[in-house]
Amino acid sequence: MKPKVAIFDFGCCEGCQLQIVNLEEDILGVLGLVDVVAWREAVTGASDDYDIALVEGSITMESEIPRLQAIREKAKVLVALGACAHLGGINCLKNYMDQDEVRRYVYGDKAKWFPSIQARPLSAVVPVDLAIPGCPVDRKELAEVIKAVALGKKPPIPNYAVCVECQRKENVCVFDKGMTCLGPVTRAGCDAICPTYGDGCIGCRGLLDDVNTQSHKQVLQDHGLTVEQVLANFRLFDGYFDVAKAP
Amino acid sequence: MKDLHLDIHYVTRVEGHGNIVVNVKDGKIVEYRWEIPEAPRFFEAMVRGRRYDEAPHITSRICGICSIGHTLASVQGIEAAIGVRPSKQTLLLRKLALHGETLQSHILHVGYLVVPDLLGVNSVIPLASTHKEALLVIIRLHRLANEMSDLICGRTTHPINIAINGWTRLPTVKELQGLRQRLVDAIPDLKALVSIFQTLPMPAFERETEYLALKHPDEYAFYEGDIASTDGDITPVSQYKSKVKEFIVPYSTAKRARGNRHSLAVGALARFNNNHAQLSPLAKEAAQALGLKAVCCNPFMNNVAQVVECAHAVEDSIRIVDELLARGIKEEDRHVKVQAGTGVGGVEVPRGTLYHEYTLDEQGIITGCNLIIPTAQNHQNIEDDMGTYLPQLVDKSDEEIALKLQMLVRSYDPCISCSAH
Repeated sequence: MKPKVAIFDFGCCEGCQLQIVNLEEDILGVLGLVDVVAWREAVTGASDDYDIALVEGSITMESEIPRLQAIREKAKVLVALGACAHLGGINCLKNYMDQDEVRRYVYGDKAKWFPSIQARPLSAVVPVDLAIPGCPVDRKELAEVIKAVALGKKPPIPNYAVCVECQRKENVCVFDKGMTCLGPVTRAGCDAICPTYGDGCIGCRGLLDDVNTQSHKQVLQDHGLTVEQVLANFRLFDGYFDVAKAP
Repeated sequence: MKDLHLDIHYVTRVEGHGNIVVNVKDGKIVEYRWEIPEAPRFFEAMVRGRRYDEAPHITSRICGICSIGHTLASVQGIEAAIGVRPSKQTLLLRKLALHGETLQSHILHVGYLVVPDLLGVNSVIPLASTHKEALLVIIRLHRLANEMSDLICGRTTHPINIAINGWTRLPTVKELQGLRQRLVDAIPDLKALVSIFQTLPMPAFERETEYLALKHPDEYAFYEGDIASTDGDITPVSQYKSKVKEFIVPYSTAKRARGNRHSLAVGALARFNNNHAQLSPLAKEAAQALGLKAVCCNPFMNNVAQVVECAHAVEDSIRIVDELLARGIKEEDRHVKVQAGTGVGGVEVPRGTLYHEYTLDEQGIITGCNLIIPTAQNHQNIEDDMGTYLPQLVDKSDEEIALKLQMLVRSYDPCISCSAH
């Protein structure tokens, strides 16, 4: 029997589940291996009976916590889909500000109507079995991971730096162009797409396992960034973690 | 007399979380609401303290579907704040990027999210066996749009190389030539899409509405223009707050907006109603074949206007590529001199006019930000449509009422998480 898959989302842009649609014809290969039983964005009618939950978005409201816990209870495998779910992502920028001031800045004297909590990854609320990194997730990697999970295999998520893929693309090093980059400490799997398109890596796939971030922080300072600017770079996607916090 | 209690929690086949609540007692409509419980992410607050050139990358993350549009509104707002007008080449490539996104987003909506309603099924998945040819047309056009965005912007979702005053990577002449051929080859598929929609009748419903869209003297406005209203007034984008007045209701994390009336509408139908005379020839043909005439006040026809704009996006992209190829692609200096100031960007993204306003200090650090999202501008209009539509539906079955109200919401192609941002 094909495993049943349900897709859910919390605070995010829903760009990662869009990558499922963006598989185009290849989506049929994925659909051949799984039954999609709940997917609000694309399908009307949903079942509560599923094996694999793909969950996008970070947790930013108290009311989302029981909803995520209920998903965790039903799912045999819970997969964090994309940077918001995996790391907390860009939503954690607000964690470095006064939370009441943030709400008042957007909603003025109506702020009391719209409660919000510090943004956090799924893993801060429930155990997560697996994360598909990226902002957005890479389409090919997404398809590979879904296939692997459906077949009960170990998904192919690399544990080497973006620099490895960047060199393979024969890109000029971002640092040699007078810019800075988080590629040396960031997990590969994106084919170094940002440096390839002329930008630096902004770290959306999260840190490598057991990486020395201290030495890379020094490298960034040696290239002219202040301590504050170094932290600001890590806060774009890793704001929930110690690497982005002031020492 | 009829009693009805509807609490559709959440509406499916839309981007984000929205609920329809309706109560009818003894045949009298007691209440109706379009609720948005979506988690707000506070982007306007979050960008403060970041560098000016980070704004496009951060605000792109507001929306997974129209991230190119957010990026463009963001670079426009920043450029207005520092007083920079980018080169013709930069503008042509931005317009091309925007066409790629419009095509991607419209095909996603009409093809994957609306067609199932019109064919009486719950999603696009069953169409793989019942309407394979139609589905393949949709997939091919969707793929073209995504590959076009990949080529120009690095990727469809969260573009990479759109920068302040230029591009961090330019397409090659060879890539543009390849794209031109792909666009020309897509014209039969566009015609097929129009034929598919000719067979799908839209529900009959009208409510007089104020439609807002950017207007430009030289082209069917997407990238830039002044704010035009079907009520006849014109407002410069820099004065957007005087035209698009935001307000807040307790049951929606997304703000709402109104212009001259109780509500307003933006999007493909609003653009068509204001600017139809500037559509490309193929798009005009499509409008005629599909019975779309300005000023049309049937919100369901927004789906048809999206099909018409798909034709325009492809045909106008061919024109832009030709102009780029005739000019040749040149590396340009992107350097800008940062200064303190406030600037507004206004772009027609797939769901309507998007505004990004930024205030910068002398170092180029963002100190203030205001964003008005197209779907936020449509929320009050959706609810007002419900109020007018419900009395016309009250004799139908509960299921039929629920379906028609959901179809009404879907016709606006709401991007809800974007509207709460």
